[in-house]
Amino acid sequence: MELGIFYTLAAVVLFAAVMVITVRNPVHAVLFLVLAFLGSAGLWLLLEAEFLAIALVLVYVGAVMVLFLFVVMMLDINLVPLREGFARYLPAGAAVALALASVMGFLLGPRYFGLAQFPAPRRMPADYSNTTALGRLLYTYYLYPFEVAAVILLVAIIAAIALTQRARRRIKTERPERQIHVRRQDRVRLVSMPAEKPAGEGGA
Amino acid sequence: MIPLSHYLVLAALLFCLSVAGMFINRKNLIVLLMCIELMLLAVNLNFVAFAHYHHDLAGQIFVFFILAVAAAESAIGLAILVVLFRNRRSINVDDIGALKG
Repeated sequence: MELGIFYTLAAVVLFAAVMVITVRNPVHAVLFLVLAFLGSAGLWLLLEAEFLAIALVLVYVGAVMVLFLFVVMMLDINLVPLREGFARYLPAGAAVALALASVMGFLLGPRYFGLAQFPAPRRMPADYSNTTALGRLLYTYYLYPFEVAAVILLVAIIAAIALTQRARRRIKTERPERQIHVRRQDRVRLVSMPAEKPAGEGGA
Repeated sequence: MIPLSHYLVLAALLFCLSVAGMFINRKNLIVLLMCIELMLLAVNLNFVAFAHYHHDLAGQIFVFFILAVAAAESAIGLAILVVLFRNRRSINVDDIGALKG
């Protein structure tokens, strides 16, 4: 039963990953990436990481992937030049991937990580809450890393806004960098002209 | 009972697929960013699997932080992408050679 669920989800995830890297339209690629994330969320549920599975769906599918979709749809991209190296680099990519997969499969196979070395842990009781355990750990032991993560997100917000904001100045302010570059010749013009007496001022 | 090796091999295959994606889509910046997300997903799967089989929640905490940093990374990456497209009207990696000198 469990094994069947695992194989189904694994097949879904691998299929989605293959489609992400081969499909022609970037919008479809994003949607297949969503499918991959949903499949992995299922796998994480199988591994009793309930909080992270839901967070993956909410944060990743709900926010990051929507951001991707937004950007992909906002830019009108000419797809033809982006696809040109596809067939040329396919053999190299497949070779590297196969080599990597064979090495990793050899090391990570059942010889070192099978049930004999890592027996399957007992399922947690029904009243065990993964969220409570995670929160208890996060707010005590990992409090400072948690705050650093918050600062990282703040920096990301500021950076994203500062990068994409169009430079349009509505407010009139002085620009110090231009003020200090002003030279005397730019502002003062000495005009040479003969002295003349104003007409209405009758002299002696 | 699912052995741990199943999860590890699945994550390894996912990682290799995203590496292959980096090779064959090396002109399209958006697909490159998506391949990075896939790689992070594979690594996260490893972390969660080990956390389960070791009965140690530290792995899940680490995944939590990876998710936060990956969200920040993709937000900034997409912002850079948008600025790049605005300036160059293209997201082809070959057009971005300004730093090459």
